[in-house]
Amino acid sequence: MPLQWLIVFFAWGGAAALAAVPNLRHATLANVVVSGMTFMLALAMASEPYAQHGWTHTDTLNLPFILVSTFIGLTTAVFSAATLDREGFDHWRIRAYHAAYQVFMGAQLLALLADNLGVMWVAIEIATLATVSMVAVHRTPAAFEAAWKFFILCGVGIALALFGTIVLYLAAQPLLDDATGLSWNALMGVAARCDPATLNLAFAFLLLGYGTKAGLVPLHSWLPDAHAEGPVPISAVLSGLLLNAAMLAILRAKAVVDGHPDTVAPGPFLMALGLASVLLAALALWKRRDARRFFAWSSIEHMGIAAFAFGIGGAAATLAGLLHLIGHSLVKSAIFFGVGRAAQVKGSQKIAEVSGLVASHPALGWGLALAILAIGGMPPFLLFASEFRLLSAAMAEWPWLALLLALGMLTAFAALITVLQAMCFGERTPDVPATPGGWRKAAAATPLWLHLAAAAALGIAMPAGFASMLAMAAQVIG
Amino acid sequence: MRFGQLSYDLSHLLGGAVLLLSFVLLYQRRIGAVINAFATQGTLLAMAAAWAAYAQGTPGLYLTALLALAVKGVLIPLALHRLVRELNLHRTVETALGVGPSMIAGVALVGLCILVTLPATEGARLLSRETLALAMSVVLLGMLMMITRRNAISQVVGLLSLENGLILAAVGVAGMPLVVELSTAALVLMIALVAGVFAFQIRERFDTLDTGSLEEHRGEQR
Repeated sequence: MPLQWLIVFFAWGGAAALAAVPNLRHATLANVVVSGMTFMLALAMASEPYAQHGWTHTDTLNLPFILVSTFIGLTTAVFSAATLDREGFDHWRIRAYHAAYQVFMGAQLLALLADNLGVMWVAIEIATLATVSMVAVHRTPAAFEAAWKFFILCGVGIALALFGTIVLYLAAQPLLDDATGLSWNALMGVAARCDPATLNLAFAFLLLGYGTKAGLVPLHSWLPDAHAEGPVPISAVLSGLLLNAAMLAILRAKAVVDGHPDTVAPGPFLMALGLASVLLAALALWKRRDARRFFAWSSIEHMGIAAFAFGIGGAAATLAGLLHLIGHSLVKSAIFFGVGRAAQVKGSQKIAEVSGLVASHPALGWGLALAILAIGGMPPFLLFASEFRLLSAAMAEWPWLALLLALGMLTAFAALITVLQAMCFGERTPDVPATPGGWRKAAAATPLWLHLAAAAALGIAMPAGFASMLAMAAQVIG
Repeated sequence: MRFGQLSYDLSHLLGGAVLLLSFVLLYQRRIGAVINAFATQGTLLAMAAAWAAYAQGTPGLYLTALLALAVKGVLIPLALHRLVRELNLHRTVETALGVGPSMIAGVALVGLCILVTLPATEGARLLSRETLALAMSVVLLGMLMMITRRNAISQVVGLLSLENGLILAAVGVAGMPLVVELSTAALVLMIALVAGVFAFQIRERFDTLDTGSLEEHRGEQR
């Protein structure tokens, strides 16, 4: 079996096995092992040449994201192993939670690997179903409300995306044979000869559909609630992985539509949605009192920044967007690790009740402070590099819009600094009495620092192979 | 295939009937009637899929038709009726927009679909383009129903009917690859959604299926 299939089926096989493990200790450990093996498989896949196997393929665009996704999958599993005992799950929920986690990981990888747009759609649908069940797992009214909203809005979103996929096929139908139908590579090949008006129609639906999943304003309203109510590891993988998969789906659709000279340019639509996301999120950040909702809104802002970069188009801006997605994944999941841990230590996820972390828990407090600076675009982290590249590309082509974008980013940054001061410094709030120590404390702190190190390493000295992959992807897509 | 041929005319008739049922869904005031109208729409969709299987010579679509008939024509309506009965829900539908304005908006949406799809798809086969216009109308009317109804069950039925439009589009495009797989995957999503209504026990938790009351549990307002 080719590695591309093996990695997906391995995760799903892991899900089936984990559904049978009722013991918390064993299940969390097995989850880490499965995630670790998946990461190994991704590394092995990266050492293979690019290839297409049936409905899946590896190319310069998806391979970096597969590496990042499996890495975050592994660190999140470690974080989950260290903190899950505090969620108070019974054995059914332990089974369901871990099975859903691996089903999600497999679907996420399939969504990235898929060459066939139909398969990509099915994978994103499975990922949605898995995450909905994880958001609802606490069974509180607020969790049900969040899960229901997530389900209904994303249900409409993925339905529209399927409609867009059907219309896209209709546009290319006379030029494709049965064997290649819906293959992205084949569609790219014939895009220049498709019917342009049908391509426009298809892109409108695909943008609305996958844009809902990516949390672009005005289709974002499910995102803050879904991030705030599930177990913390779910927030980390929602922001770190699922949003990227949706964004790459939009990017692939845009590349096909861009391939025809007479279509309505898709770029300005992406730029408009992106800018709206940045500006609305920059204002909304100031009104949040709940830490996880706050950082969920920050995800909306960053998806907006990436969408804006992809909208500008061209190799430079697209590269900035891809770097931004990767940097955001690493740093935002690190923040959720920090916030999740802080919420456990302080017994609340309200910003006002989590304060003075640096004084009480230095490793956690400083880690969270650095991560918030990193998400704000401070050097030396990767997001500084991507935002710098984006702003210079935007200044060259759309100076006025670049000013608006910079204004939004600065407003959001100021809000981030306010929250940083409140949570990490400020007056120390009391801890919940029974704070566990030992390996759990270390295992909960490690992923945060590991992600920061990765984001800093990629920002300062990105490995040449990784950088050239992304640059080539930006050439093809942009 | 063109106007006057049986396979063309019958596909149009069935597609048009599915669209008509979308309008019926829009003006029902009683929840039982909404569910029955949805069951009828599911049955008509199954017939459209079966006819497409016969006319296009793609036996796989018979499976799509059979699944649509079993799940949308029978199982989901039965489950929803049971839910309404067991939880003793309000039998009337609360609308955010009156029936008259909803119908006018619906007609406007259908007009929009025809204006958008027919010129846009000149390259495609005649049947595909016209089915696409019908299917897109069903999709948009489903969305309209979700917007104009405040009651959770009607919103679910709106989404289910939206998905009927997708299947209509998928079976209408002759030669669409993976059509059986995609329609089955979409169906799984819809079944999960109906299961969600049961699993989340919205009635017990919130005392009413009016989604307006869910708003109290929204994020920051706690």
